[in-house]
Amino acid sequence: MTDRMSSVDRRSFLKTAGAAAAATTLPISLVELAFADPAQNFTFAYISDAHIQHIAGTRFVRNWDRGLIRAVAETNLLTPAPDFVMFGGDLAQLGTKAELDHGAEMLSKLNAKLYCVMGEHDYYLDLGEYWSKLFGPQHYSFDHKGVHFVVLNSILTTDDWTYKRWPTAEQRMLEMAGLDNPNGSPFMVGEKQRAWLAGDLAKVGKDTPVVVFSHSPIQKIYKGWNFWTDDAEQVQALLKPFKTPTVVYGHVHQIQYNQIDNITFHSVMATAWPWPYPESYAQAKAELNFPKMTVPMNRADPFFERDATGWQTMDVAGGRPTLKYNLYNNTNRVVGFDPRIGMPADSAYQDPAKRIPPQTHY
Amino acid sequence: MRIERKAAVVVLAALIAALSALAADTAGGGPPLGLPPVPVPAHNPQSEAKVALGKKLFHDKRFSSTGEVACANCHDATKAFTDSPLAVSEGIRKLNGTRNAPTVINAAYMKTQFWDGRSPDLEDQALHPFLNPVEMGLKNHDPILKIVRKDKDYAKAFQDVFGKSGDAITMTEVTRAIAAFERTIVAGNSPFDRWYFGGEPTALNESQKRGFDLFVNKGRCVSCHRVEQTQAVFTDGRFHNVGVGINAIQGDVPGLAKEFLKAQATLAEVDVKVLGDKRTSELGRFAVSRGFDDLGSFKTPTLRNIAVTAPYMHDGSLKTLREVIVHYNNGGVTKEGDRVNDFLSGGIRPLNLTDAEIDDLVALMEALTSPEFAAAPAAAAAAK
Repeated sequence: MTDRMSSVDRRSFLKTAGAAAAATTLPISLVELAFADPAQNFTFAYISDAHIQHIAGTRFVRNWDRGLIRAVAETNLLTPAPDFVMFGGDLAQLGTKAELDHGAEMLSKLNAKLYCVMGEHDYYLDLGEYWSKLFGPQHYSFDHKGVHFVVLNSILTTDDWTYKRWPTAEQRMLEMAGLDNPNGSPFMVGEKQRAWLAGDLAKVGKDTPVVVFSHSPIQKIYKGWNFWTDDAEQVQALLKPFKTPTVVYGHVHQIQYNQIDNITFHSVMATAWPWPYPESYAQAKAELNFPKMTVPMNRADPFFERDATGWQTMDVAGGRPTLKYNLYNNTNRVVGFDPRIGMPADSAYQDPAKRIPPQTHY
Repeated sequence: MRIERKAAVVVLAALIAALSALAADTAGGGPPLGLPPVPVPAHNPQSEAKVALGKKLFHDKRFSSTGEVACANCHDATKAFTDSPLAVSEGIRKLNGTRNAPTVINAAYMKTQFWDGRSPDLEDQALHPFLNPVEMGLKNHDPILKIVRKDKDYAKAFQDVFGKSGDAITMTEVTRAIAAFERTIVAGNSPFDRWYFGGEPTALNESQKRGFDLFVNKGRCVSCHRVEQTQAVFTDGRFHNVGVGINAIQGDVPGLAKEFLKAQATLAEVDVKVLGDKRTSELGRFAVSRGFDDLGSFKTPTLRNIAVTAPYMHDGSLKTLREVIVHYNNGGVTKEGDRVNDFLSGGIRPLNLTDAEIDDLVALMEALTSPEFAAAPAAAAAAK
C-alpha cells in the first residue's frame, strides 16, 4: 500500500487540511508564485464516460445522449474558451460502430480541439480498431504551454484473456463491461506501452510539468470494479523522477483524489451516470484502498436525473491542474494541489465540519 | 324510505355546518381548502387598513409615465389577475414585454417572484414594473412618492398604516402595502380540493379522476407541480428548462449567454434586458444566476386556476392546455420531431400518453379553478 495517508495519523491530517481550508480558498495564487509564469496559465475542459448506448435502428438511450449533448454545448459556452477539450474514454457502451459514430457526431460539435482517451467500453469489441479510425492513436503525447501531456491506453489486459478466452468479440466486450464479474480481468498499461512511455519521458526535462491522462486510475483502489491498474507501480515509477507529475483518470464516475509520493491523482465525472463509492459496497471492505483524503460527493437527489453526473474544467497553473467540477443540480466543487500540505484538497469541503451531510437514504 | 330521508337531511345539515365552518375559517384568515397558511414576513404584518391601501396603490394608473398603466392592467381581477388572453403583457404606449403575466392568485406562496425568480419576495417584486421601459416606464420612483406624499387620501392612509408622512414615506412602505394586498389574493376550494382534501367523491368526474392518476404517475407532472398530503401549491418553486422559448433560439445561445458570462448584470439590468429583448428573455434563470443548470429555465408556475389564465408558458406561446400537455408528451418539443434543446432538464422526456389520456389530464386541469374565478372570461370561452 503506497497511499501516503496510510503513514499519517488521520486526525492530524484532517486538522492540517481543515486549517488550510479555513485560512483561504484553494491557494491557486500560491501555486502560481511557487512554480509558474502566470502568463502561461491556461484552461482546458474534460468530458468523460458518456456510455452512448445503441438500442436498435436509429434509437439510442436518451438519457446518456442528453448528458453528452449538454456537456458539449456547455463546454462551448466557456468564457474564455478552453485551450482544448479532453474526452476521457467510454464514449460507447458496447464498442459498436453505431455507438462510436453517434458519440463522435456529438463530439464533433465541440469548438475546441479534441483529444481522446480509450476506455474499455470503446475497446473490447474490435480491440480499438474503429475507435482508432475515428480518433487516431491509442497512446500519444503532446506539449502545450510548457506542460507535457501523455495519453495512455490503460485498459489493456493479458493476451490470454484478450485473444484466447472468448468465443466471440461480443462476449469479450460484455464480460469486460460488467462490475463484480469474476470473468473480467484487471486493466494494465502493459510492457510495450510502458517502454514507449519511458522513451517519451526520456526527452522531457525533470522540471517540466507532466500530466498523464488515462481511463483507469493508475493506482490500485478496488479490483472488483477495476478501479485499478495492475501495473500501476511500474507506471508510477516512470513518473516519480519528475517534479510535479499528475494523473487524471475517468472510469470511476465520481470525485476522487489522491497523492502517492510526488504524484497527484484526480478523477473526472461521467456524463452518463454516477457510481456509488466502493466503500459503500460490503464486499469491497476487505480489499479496499480508497484514498482517505478524498471528500466523497454528497448523495445524488433522485429528483434530478443529471445529479451526480457532470464535467469539469482544469486550470493549469505551474503545470498542476486544479479541477473545477461542474455538477448538475448540485454544488460545484474545486479540487487542486495544496503545496502547504503536499497533497490535493477540496477548496471548500476538506474540513469535516464544512461538509454537506449526505441525504438520509430510506 | 323515511329513515333514508332523515339520514340525507342529517348529512346535508352536516355538510352545511362544515361549509359554514370553512367560510368562517376563511373569513377569519385561515387558508382555503387545499392551501397552507399564507406566509407573512415578520417585518410586514397584515392589517385591514394596509391591505386596503395596497389595493388602492395596485389600481393607481398615475404610477406610470403615461398615466394609463396600473399593476391591475396586467393583473386584472376579472381575468383571474392576469391579462388573458394576451400572450405577453402590454405596458405603456402598447409596448409589449416578452413574458406572459403570471397570476397574482397564490403568488404569496412562491419562494421567488417573476418567471426567472429574479426577485426574492412580493415587496421587492413590486419595485420593478414601475421602472421597466416596456411596463410602466417611469425613470425612477420619485413620481410615485410625490403622489403618495401629497394626495390627501394617501397621506392619511400612510399615516394610519405606517405612522409616516411626507419624506418619511418611501418605496419600502409603498411596496409593503402592495405586498400585503397581494397576500390576500389566495384561492383554493377547487373541485379538486373538495375531492382530494375534502373527501367529496363526486367533486370530480371519472375523466378528472383518471387525469389525477396520470398526473402523479405516467404523466410525471407531480414531480414539479407538487401535491402534498394536506395541501397543494402545485409548484416546487424550482426552475426547469422544459423546451419552451429556448428551442427557437438555439443557434443564438452562445452569443447571448456570453454577454452574461463576461460580466454580472445587476438584477435591475436583468429586468430591463429580459423584458426588452425576446431572445435574451429565453435564457431564463441563467440571466440571473449565470449557472449552466439554469439555461432556458423558468419557474414552475402553479396550476391553480390554469383553465382561466390562457395562454400558457412563460412566453404565452401555447394557446390551450391540450397544446401544453402535447408539448410535454413530445419530450420538450411543441412539434413532434423538432430538435430538443441541448440544455433540456433531465426529467423532461417523451411520455407516450394516448389522446384519451391527454383529454383526462386537460379535464383535471379544468378541476383546479377556484369558485370565485370560475366566471373569468377564459373560463367562459373554454366552456363554450
